[in-house]
Amino acid sequence: MSDDNGFIHPYVPNAAPVPLRRLLKEIGVDNVTDLYVSVPEELQVKGLLNLPDALPSEHDLRRHVEAIIGKNLSCRDHLNFCGAGCWQHYVPAICDEITGRGEFLTAYGGGTYSDHGKNQAMFEFQSLIGELVGLEVVGTPSYDMGAAVNSAVTMACRITARRGVLLSGAVSGDMRSQISGFTKMVADVDTIALDAASGLIDLDDLKSKLTSDIGAVYFENPNYFGLIESRGAEIAEIVHAAGALLVVGVDPLSLGVLAAPGDYGADIVCGQIQPLGIHMYGGGGCAGFIASRDEERFVSEYPMILMSIAPGAEEGDFGFAWSTMQRTSYDKRHDSEDYAGTTQWLWGIGAAVYLSLMGPRGMEEVASGILQRTRYAAERINELKGISVAHLDSAFFKEFIIDFADSGKSVAEVNAALLVNGIFGGKDLSGEFPEFGQSALYCVTEIHGKKDIDRLVDSLAEVLS
Amino acid sequence: MSTNKTGFQAARWNEALISELSEEGARGIVPPAVDAEIAAAVGDVAASLPPGARRAAPPDLPEVTQHRVLRHFLRLSQMCMGFDVTTDMMGTCTMKYSPKAHEHIARGAKLADLHPLQGVDSLQGLLELMYRFNRIMCEISGMDEFTFQPASGAQGIYTNACLIRAYHESRGDLGKRDEIITTSFSHPADAATPAVAGFKVITLMPGEMGFAGVDALKAAISDRTAGLMLTNPEDTGQYNPNIRQFVDLVHEAGGLCAYDQANGNPLLGVVRAGDTGFDMCQFNLHKTFSAPHGSLGMGCAAVGVKDFLRKFLPRPLVAEDGSGGYRLDYDQGEGIDKIRAFIGNVHAVLKAYSWVMSLGAEGLRAVAETAVLNNNYMLTKMRGMRGVTIPWPANNYPKLEQVRYSFEQMFAETGVTSHDVIDRMVDFGVQHCMPSHVPMLVPEPFTVEPGESLTVAEMDQMLAALQAISDEAYSDAEKAQGGPYNASTTRIDGDVPEDPDCWAFTYRGYQRKKPMWTSENRRKIERHDGGY
Amino acid sequence: MTFRLGLIVNPIAGMGGTVGLKGSDTPEIVARARELGAEPQAPERAGQALGAIVAANVALDLFAAPGEMGEAEARAAGFTPKVIGSPVEGDTVAEDSVRAAQAMAELPVDLILFAGGDGTARDLVRAIGGQVPVVGIPAGVKMHSAVYATNPRAAARMVLRYMQGGISIRELEVMDIDEAAFREGAVSAKLYGYLKVPYLPDLVQGTKAGGVSRDRTALAGIAVRIAEAMEPGRLYILGPGTTMRAVADKIGVEKTLLGVDLVRDGERIATDAGERDILAALDGTATIAVTPIGGQGHFFGRGNQQISAQIISRVGLEHITVAATMEKIASLRDNLLHVDTGDRALDARFSGWRRVITGYHTDTVCRVST
Repeated sequence: MSDDNGFIHPYVPNAAPVPLRRLLKEIGVDNVTDLYVSVPEELQVKGLLNLPDALPSEHDLRRHVEAIIGKNLSCRDHLNFCGAGCWQHYVPAICDEITGRGEFLTAYGGGTYSDHGKNQAMFEFQSLIGELVGLEVVGTPSYDMGAAVNSAVTMACRITARRGVLLSGAVSGDMRSQISGFTKMVADVDTIALDAASGLIDLDDLKSKLTSDIGAVYFENPNYFGLIESRGAEIAEIVHAAGALLVVGVDPLSLGVLAAPGDYGADIVCGQIQPLGIHMYGGGGCAGFIASRDEERFVSEYPMILMSIAPGAEEGDFGFAWSTMQRTSYDKRHDSEDYAGTTQWLWGIGAAVYLSLMGPRGMEEVASGILQRTRYAAERINELKGISVAHLDSAFFKEFIIDFADSGKSVAEVNAALLVNGIFGGKDLSGEFPEFGQSALYCVTEIHGKKDIDRLVDSLAEVLS
Repeated sequence: MSTNKTGFQAARWNEALISELSEEGARGIVPPAVDAEIAAAVGDVAASLPPGARRAAPPDLPEVTQHRVLRHFLRLSQMCMGFDVTTDMMGTCTMKYSPKAHEHIARGAKLADLHPLQGVDSLQGLLELMYRFNRIMCEISGMDEFTFQPASGAQGIYTNACLIRAYHESRGDLGKRDEIITTSFSHPADAATPAVAGFKVITLMPGEMGFAGVDALKAAISDRTAGLMLTNPEDTGQYNPNIRQFVDLVHEAGGLCAYDQANGNPLLGVVRAGDTGFDMCQFNLHKTFSAPHGSLGMGCAAVGVKDFLRKFLPRPLVAEDGSGGYRLDYDQGEGIDKIRAFIGNVHAVLKAYSWVMSLGAEGLRAVAETAVLNNNYMLTKMRGMRGVTIPWPANNYPKLEQVRYSFEQMFAETGVTSHDVIDRMVDFGVQHCMPSHVPMLVPEPFTVEPGESLTVAEMDQMLAALQAISDEAYSDAEKAQGGPYNASTTRIDGDVPEDPDCWAFTYRGYQRKKPMWTSENRRKIERHDGGY
Repeated sequence: MTFRLGLIVNPIAGMGGTVGLKGSDTPEIVARARELGAEPQAPERAGQALGAIVAANVALDLFAAPGEMGEAEARAAGFTPKVIGSPVEGDTVAEDSVRAAQAMAELPVDLILFAGGDGTARDLVRAIGGQVPVVGIPAGVKMHSAVYATNPRAAARMVLRYMQGGISIRELEVMDIDEAAFREGAVSAKLYGYLKVPYLPDLVQGTKAGGVSRDRTALAGIAVRIAEAMEPGRLYILGPGTTMRAVADKIGVEKTLLGVDLVRDGERIATDAGERDILAALDGTATIAVTPIGGQGHFFGRGNQQISAQIISRVGLEHITVAATMEKIASLRDNLLHVDTGDRALDARFSGWRRVITGYHTDTVCRVST
């Protein structure tokens, strides 16, 4: 552009010569560059950027981009057993319909009166998650689970005016990294040792580390290895006796069957949204949430937007508004202890749709079905020579660890061989948890039928032979 | 009956809360059945869970038949003013058309159904996409390497703060250098995230030009300066022409400079962060680069750095593998701790990449220039609107991509505030504008950013709406103050969300606290109309 | 609960000023002003504000001071006021205003709407201080005090917004002398006191909900920062105002709101000190901590002249701490600070930029104008 011959393109209508000239005339300048006088000449780019040739034709663009991503292998046409914080679940058609709706897709900062529908969908997300976790306050989505945990443990520290955070050892390496970075300046983080036999947190170690400096204790249920914690109430008592707050991380898809942490004494619950009707998008589907009781001292520490319902002008009317924004970094600016911004609300809306479709029976069935499929897979795999499943006698949901030590093969080798058979093997844990040696985290969900699991077992058998 | 000439009437479905649509026995979807052989082999695993692990009672989720769920959320979507349906000029948001073609590409299985850990051999397409877009962003910004890990602008800016921290830490200077300088009209995240990263924050106030002067910066710089983090143009649409001097002064003092390019739309192909001297920058892919805003999120930030900072980027980095393909470099080295799980919101990366490829270099320049053109057209017309004033009259430069207007005169003469205008404008079928972020230094603020997507007719429609409201303010102020009249919901009691006794964030909370809404004993709430 | 609005009109406010008579509106000046043709300003202005409130058709109970001091204006606008604070024969308008305001504060009313001049604002300070928020309708030609709205309609709007709950409260300084006289370079102005005023526009939110008050957070942050920096054995000269009172609270000592107190080693060693007291206490190192007066931004020379040029010179410019919340900084015209120590040469040494503490780990920089 930069002359009045303009530029024709479907995305920039007023760059075309006719509107361009009209606008220049209305403004009273000869050239658009006259409007850039505040930008020093010497800073301005001379000529055009050196970018690839443009593809203004939609057909050409699609061909180009689809050719690139066409080099991917998708989990739709390959059998996937990867989990570790992002999981392949069935995404109902209606979830796709709604998250694809242009009104939701392209809304942003509209408020009470312009985006009532978005607000209601968000309130319903908050409500339905609240039912799963057994708590009355749920925030709008966080960037991901790690961000939710960061916000939750630092909230707990502020509420208790203490600096110490105890993290279960059964937490992903990525999350440990996120927590380490975020809490660097404000909290002292220590790890709770795991009991070798059960794979769950060692209560003695927890007790020994629960000094009066500890503000937050965090564990996940199921934990990173898929193991289910049944001592929630006992842990809550121990933690509370020390004056600390209990923060529990959950996979909400398990909560049709697993106990609601709010019911066994969790003060703050964090969770993942992705399993609830959101495609994986290579990790882009991840989003988190936090929840707590409805107490001022908790609510005042939430860093994100909170959507509250409010009465309308007529009987039975209601609307929604963002509550108490002075809690957030939008208002606090340099006085902030946490930060808020655009996160992943669209995935929250998708999750609201998912939970509405599933209902209590659906949630119970999907969770109990996953428990059965996972156990079936683990038991069959355990029978294979050269490998064993860790903690086979414990209760686990969706994930388990396969130990390849006796096979003499590395996880990398196994996964490469499985790939040839069209299978994505589980996450290699050998770097993250060197003490586990050549182990991998395998994930089985409701999308895996008997045939799929048997195919994995047979492939593993073949690979190991 | 509409109260304006456009005849617009928002859908008002009075759609009940989903929890109130529950009917016993209804099912929305049936999960996959468990194979009989599996069930036979393992039995009812749920029943044999240890007691402490098992849920006491099913969750109180609503039971709704499938089509009713669809209708419910479709109706809600109809009560939402996305850019797809109407003009949205919300200041600082850079609303623009999110091309549908990009959506359709992204929703294919080859992007939507990828697992981040499925192995680089099966993700070559994704890595190539990210690598190519990395190179494109380097060219656009003058930086040397990008990460797309952060999931929003604020998280991108936080990443910048962490990079500054890591740099000084690596030189043993972190104890000495603990101050970040920003400006009052930079986004709140430019002040908040360095504070979260542990820095002291010095905020420069604007002078009579509406931006901070060099002498203010000089007064703030010391040997404790760790860096400068600001937005330019600021949220007022005013470009600070002294920016190069700012950067040089901070560099001389030993600090690093981070460019928040949230308002980068007018600068695409016109000015590069690298050429301006910055060491790092961040762009919002869901603003400037057309990835959809997603109702406040499918955010993604592109954080770029100069070569010497590459080693501090969070891992993994996408790199060439030496044999024509790509790999993920997980070698931690001096990389900062992870900002977010996995490698980023790749769907946003795909859409941003597609957008740039569609437009090309000439197109990018046209986007920037048209955004500025459209904004100055709006300014030309709004200048003459009764009750509207433009702050900082000493600043004669044309604005770039947005303008912060003031309705102060309208308020003084009629009592109608900018919040009244914001509430009233939705009656005209347009999304409302935003007043201002905090600090709201401009009285009765009103910030408008038309972007480059809109036609002249669409801009004229917005102008007509604002003119009608201005006319109404001066002839029937009460009417102007009482909006909206045609919205999807009637006016709410704004004290309820602010009152700890009344607020409710879940259906459960709502049922418990609803009686309080009509109680005589409600407390008086001192609150504000915020800047969002 | 129906909103309770108090109404006080000072019928003679501003009359002197309109015909060029300076000084306070004493009966003599008012009589002279009437001779010169001056008309009462306040009743008509009050009427405009009340008319706008009536038009909004909101439910409220109006409590008016008797006769011309509110009752008459209220009836004229269409209200049926409850009359409160019966007049006493022979009292000045000021005394009647004080009595009415006190009665209103005791009820209590939710807000007092008053029409008058600078003197009326001071009457209210005397009567009720910060007990009840007030909204001022300016009477007279020019009003400079920040406690007044820009015009009667804006005052009405303030009342209506306050009733809705959509507004925050600030404490604004009221000075002890007539602003007009003061502008002509008259005698030193002392800080008379504070009134609570609903405030538009919101510059930085300082409101209370969910247990978090942002302004209190900023003040607390400033207080902790200054308190933590205090060295043993050092004299701290704390200026007037709520910011320095917050510092004193943090250390655990009492502090006069309007005066200068001296602190050393966590103890208050002088209360409402005058210049001589301060000079006497200045034996070694010292720090002066002050906050600018809202609006004009003086941090020396208004309300704290006890901290004289001599004292400032002896302490040294580098040992002066200026603290203010961002809200106050934002309210200063062009974000400028001012000094007026009485010593031009000393003033000149202040000109340039100065760091201002705005919170626990936040600062800004402001230009000092002399």
